[in-house]
Amino acid sequence: MSDVVAEPVAHRFSVLRVGVFGALVLALLAAILFAISAGRFSVSVPRIIEILIAGAFSPADSLGAMDERIVLLVRFPRVLLAALSGAALAVGGAALQGVFRNPLVSPQVLGISQGAAFGGALALLLGFSGIILLGLAFFFGLAALVLVGALARINGRTEVITVILSGMVIGALFGALVSIVQFIADPNTSLPAIVYWLMGSFSTATWARLGLAVPGMAVGLAVIFLLRYRLNLLALEDSEARSLGVNPDKERWLVFIAISLMTGTSVAVAGIIGWIGLVIPHAARILVGEDHRVLIPASALLGAAYLTFIDTLARTLTAAEIPLGVLTALIGAPVFGILLRRHFKEVNRA
Amino acid sequence: MIGLENASVAFGPRILFKDIAFNVPVGRSMAILGPNGRGKTTLLRALLGFQSLATGRRFAPKVAGYVPQHGSSQAKLTGLEIVVMGRAVHLGLFGQPTAKDREAAEAALVQVGACALADLRYDRMSGGQRQLVLIARALATGSPALVFDEPTSALDLGNQSRTLELLDSLRLRRDFAIIFTTHDPNHALAAADDVLLMMPGGGEISGPVDEMIEPERLSQLYGVPMRWVEVSGPTGETRRAILPAFAGIEAA
Repeated sequence: MSDVVAEPVAHRFSVLRVGVFGALVLALLAAILFAISAGRFSVSVPRIIEILIAGAFSPADSLGAMDERIVLLVRFPRVLLAALSGAALAVGGAALQGVFRNPLVSPQVLGISQGAAFGGALALLLGFSGIILLGLAFFFGLAALVLVGALARINGRTEVITVILSGMVIGALFGALVSIVQFIADPNTSLPAIVYWLMGSFSTATWARLGLAVPGMAVGLAVIFLLRYRLNLLALEDSEARSLGVNPDKERWLVFIAISLMTGTSVAVAGIIGWIGLVIPHAARILVGEDHRVLIPASALLGAAYLTFIDTLARTLTAAEIPLGVLTALIGAPVFGILLRRHFKEVNRA
Repeated sequence: MIGLENASVAFGPRILFKDIAFNVPVGRSMAILGPNGRGKTTLLRALLGFQSLATGRRFAPKVAGYVPQHGSSQAKLTGLEIVVMGRAVHLGLFGQPTAKDREAAEAALVQVGACALADLRYDRMSGGQRQLVLIARALATGSPALVFDEPTSALDLGNQSRTLELLDSLRLRRDFAIIFTTHDPNHALAAADDVLLMMPGGGEISGPVDEMIEPERLSQLYGVPMRWVEVSGPTGETRRAILPAFAGIEAA
């Protein structure tokens, strides 16, 4: 009897879900095409597709015209980097919120962003960029994570609350170190570079930089995607998860390392871009629910589309480019405020 | 099947229990009784491997079907999805539940008589409904050992009765090793073969239910006078219940 009733309900949900995912893919494609087309030198959509196809099949002889150079050398790598970073930051936020059973945490909470920021600022202070900057950002992001782990491990066990508090401590420590780097930086040369980099931007994107970013982000995204059902179990209390045969202590660290790989890489190539990891998973939850098997892919698509779109606004709204971190905060903070109110209204009604 | 051997647990200088030993084989059901703060929950945690032992060892299957007092899932998942989580140990780190796991979960819901909860959202269920879903999840693990942490403590009388009937029917299948904690000795009478009493001030005694559940031992256990009363049922048969003298009033 109940099975007869159950079938259509489950069916209707899956049809709805296919519709939502279809819409998300379309939104991402639209954001990418809009981003490549918009700017001081605008390129029509049919011409973009023509250039991309020509570029894919004969890359050598397709760089003659101005629009070809703009699309293939400037805008396309930038759009791909923004989309990939958006997906990585959103997925990192969704996974962290699940593991901590707390919808208000984000990669900043573990101190990873601040650690990576210190690494990048140190590289700029010493006059380095490119792969050394990426290496230092990733190294100090991971170092922050290892310090959090060492600090939070008490009597051989790591509790969620001690991880959050240790993350705040380590984040504050690296925040102070970033300030010291800024204090001793040369106000005429390295200081502006550090400040501008910390505000976040994709303006320096090239194919080479995209190549630097792809391995870390792809590995991190793949690991979280493979763990998508496990995240449902890690969202249970530790003792309950353990009773089901899960090892929360160890498996959480696998999630943390994947997230620090993605966060460190994104900080290295584009500075600190806040709010994506907080706002996007919330929006994705409204669209597809809390099951991580659908939440993780939905967050990836939505994050990619959102950051691509925001980056396009950042470079086209005014003559000079607006720092990305400023825009994501200006849009993210009010949206998050509205979500927060809706969330607690629902909690109070239940 | 599941039990402890000369096990002790201490928090710093405070010893909760010392040299405790029991074994529940497949086909038996054991109730654990003891006053508040004596360490019933810690004993279950030690049994399940969540609490490290100062001495001794535990023996248990890799996964025991554990029914916590309150499930911790905050997610807006259906009852069926919660039960499917019981299959986790069969899935592996990167595994996804398959149609077979869903069938096992549905079968577990049938066993507890809660098919109707499959499509209901867990966060919208009542305490009694959640309890049934958590019991189904414990069955879905496929483990021969079932451990219940105070399965009746948060329920109204109707749900207590249904939970006890379910516990008793699982006991009478004789293919599980069952352990549950409770505050009501009548619940041990209703659904257990053996009883472990955690006496105040230390020391444990265990034995068959009719040797353990008797007024003298229970008066000592709870520090309140206990006595047998005869209760006659609707068809005239009589049953015995054991009751305390609350607030000095001699019950019955």
